[in-house]
Amino acid sequence: MPIKLPFGGRRQSYPTDLWTRCPGCQEMLYNKQLDKNQQVCPKCGHHFRLRAGARLALLLDRDSFHERDPGLQSVDVLGFVDQKPYPERLEAARAATGARDAAVWGTGTIAGTQLVVCVMDFAFMGGSMGTVVGEKVTRAAEYALQERLPLVIVSASGGARMQEGTLALMQLAKTVAALARLADAGIPYISVLTDPTTGGVFASFAALGDINLAEPNSLIGFAGARVAAGTIAESLPEGFQRAEFLLEHGFVDQIVPRAALRDTLLALLRYMRVTPLSERNGHDSASPVGRSLAYLESIANREPREPVGG
Amino acid sequence: MQVGEVVDEQQLRDAVWARVQMARNVHRPHTLELVRAMATEVIELHGDRLFRDDPAIAGGLCRIDGRRAVFVGHQKGAETNENIHRNFGMPHPEGYRKAIRLYRLAEKLQLPLVTFVDTPGAFPGPASEERGVAEAIARSIEVMTTLRTPIVTVITGEGGSGGALALAVGDVVMALENSIYSVISPEGAASILWRSGEFAQNAAQAMRLTANEQLALGVIDEVVPEPAGGAHEHPDETARRLRARITSQLDALAGRDRRVLLDARYARYRQMGEFTVVSETGEPRAAPERAGLAERIRQLLDSGRAVLSGGDGAPLPPATPDSEDERHERGRAGPGDHGAPGRGRAAHPDRPSHAQPAGRTRGAPGWLAHPPAPADRGGGWRCRDE
Repeated sequence: MPIKLPFGGRRQSYPTDLWTRCPGCQEMLYNKQLDKNQQVCPKCGHHFRLRAGARLALLLDRDSFHERDPGLQSVDVLGFVDQKPYPERLEAARAATGARDAAVWGTGTIAGTQLVVCVMDFAFMGGSMGTVVGEKVTRAAEYALQERLPLVIVSASGGARMQEGTLALMQLAKTVAALARLADAGIPYISVLTDPTTGGVFASFAALGDINLAEPNSLIGFAGARVAAGTIAESLPEGFQRAEFLLEHGFVDQIVPRAALRDTLLALLRYMRVTPLSERNGHDSASPVGRSLAYLESIANREPREPVGG
Repeated sequence: MQVGEVVDEQQLRDAVWARVQMARNVHRPHTLELVRAMATEVIELHGDRLFRDDPAIAGGLCRIDGRRAVFVGHQKGAETNENIHRNFGMPHPEGYRKAIRLYRLAEKLQLPLVTFVDTPGAFPGPASEERGVAEAIARSIEVMTTLRTPIVTVITGEGGSGGALALAVGDVVMALENSIYSVISPEGAASILWRSGEFAQNAAQAMRLTANEQLALGVIDEVVPEPAGGAHEHPDETARRLRARITSQLDALAGRDRRVLLDARYARYRQMGEFTVVSETGEPRAAPERAGLAERIRQLLDSGRAVLSGGDGAPLPPATPDSEDERHERGRAGPGDHGAPGRGRAAHPDRPSHAQPAGRTRGAPGWLAHPPAPADRGGGWRCRDE
């Protein structure tokens, strides 16, 4: 009979605050090293999920990010109770993540190029889109329209937030309507799809970038793989709903490893410079009148923007 | 029912579930049946010009009461073979691309668009993913938000998630009384949130998916009452009632300036949902953007009245003083306000009144089975004979 000793032998568990096991290659990774490597496994290239703050730090110039509307907070309109009431779930998510909801938006620069950016945070209730996330995406798009700045949205979401019922579903229409106005006005939008981007988020703003980029091996799909397998009772093809599957079938433009993402965005943005309308003609773009003027003018003056060579 | 009286949870769930089953009833009239019953002429059009014709979505041209229109809707089958052919009303991407093509046709011909929604959801299999069902849905929503022609949407049965919304971005959205509209199927929600499909009835209740609750939430603008026994018992009468409401909405939208129309459509979806604004420390910083709306909606929903009171002659339980007013007070920029003076229940001047059959809310609390008022009895039948 083996005697269990409190010392010696191979350690089975590592303190999780110091080490992380890579789900790609099972290697134990030292957290500090992982942080330094932008949460990408140095052995096999597995991309761990990034929190919104880390994503912004990765993409934007240092200290260039100005968050907007940080105070938007979800409300339980339906009085939704599953195994827990929705307000309790929200409270628990806030406590666990330190975030107020599953998206952050604001302005920033990449190598000095101004843009509007919205980043989702999968850690907050699976990145699910309720009214607050929909509102932030919509405000980001409306601000990009008003200021004639390019828009970048980084998605990471399980889909619409069930606890907000059809009000969450309506966020698909709300966000897409705002993006349609952006497209009408000739303002570029780049969608970055990260692991995972599924359901209502993929079936709305995430799919509609002028350019869609994806991180390697990200799960990107409409229906959860289990739902798909359950519904159709047939085995799913290899690599089903992975970023590479989408590239092959023509729904993303490029798969970009995390280390190259910032440079890729910068290269693309160099083809997308738009002059802020407010600077061009001086009216107050924040006033309601100015806003509609800006919108109408942006449509009237739709002209090919001169490409600025990179 | 007294305000504050405790409603038996199980009975409430049963009542909601009865509606879910009604919405899924295989004999319920679907898009083609309804359009054929409503229109004097129907010219069906096929194909997405890209891949193939998806039988799960039907569409074409029609003439309703002398008004020409383009129609698009989900199409289920009435029996097994047809249902297999129609894929149980679950479209592949090509279905949505066919819909987009027909939306564009409506815009080009300056005909109004009427859409009918009845799907468990878009088809989730590999073929669907491979051809980009998410992109097709997103694109369909995008095209609808900017389509330069009026859009009237009717939820006729199951409004299943994004696959439904792709056809449902209307200027006016109405729903048949026994239809449902949800962000995910009750079974799907149960398996995720309760970790067991057995809790589908709980999920159905929690998601507030019945037509009357959706009206209270402002997601739909109007509930169209069904004849006694449900739409499947009297498809022609159902179509007659829908025709009256659709034509009235089309007429209200017809003369509208295109820019006003599009701004109102944008505003309709822009104001969906509810949130608060808090300071860094979590203190409420500003009054909610539409103060108290969430609370008021919840009171409406919590009473159970919204679920259980039928739109069709089913008398509301003695109402709290605010209920009807609230519904109409909830001003919003959507065109429904103009199209249907006194939206919702009050918007049926031509509605034949008749009683709710006790059997429809089987298992519902006793106070639900209101005895029909004698004067109302048989009202629906009179119209059916016309």
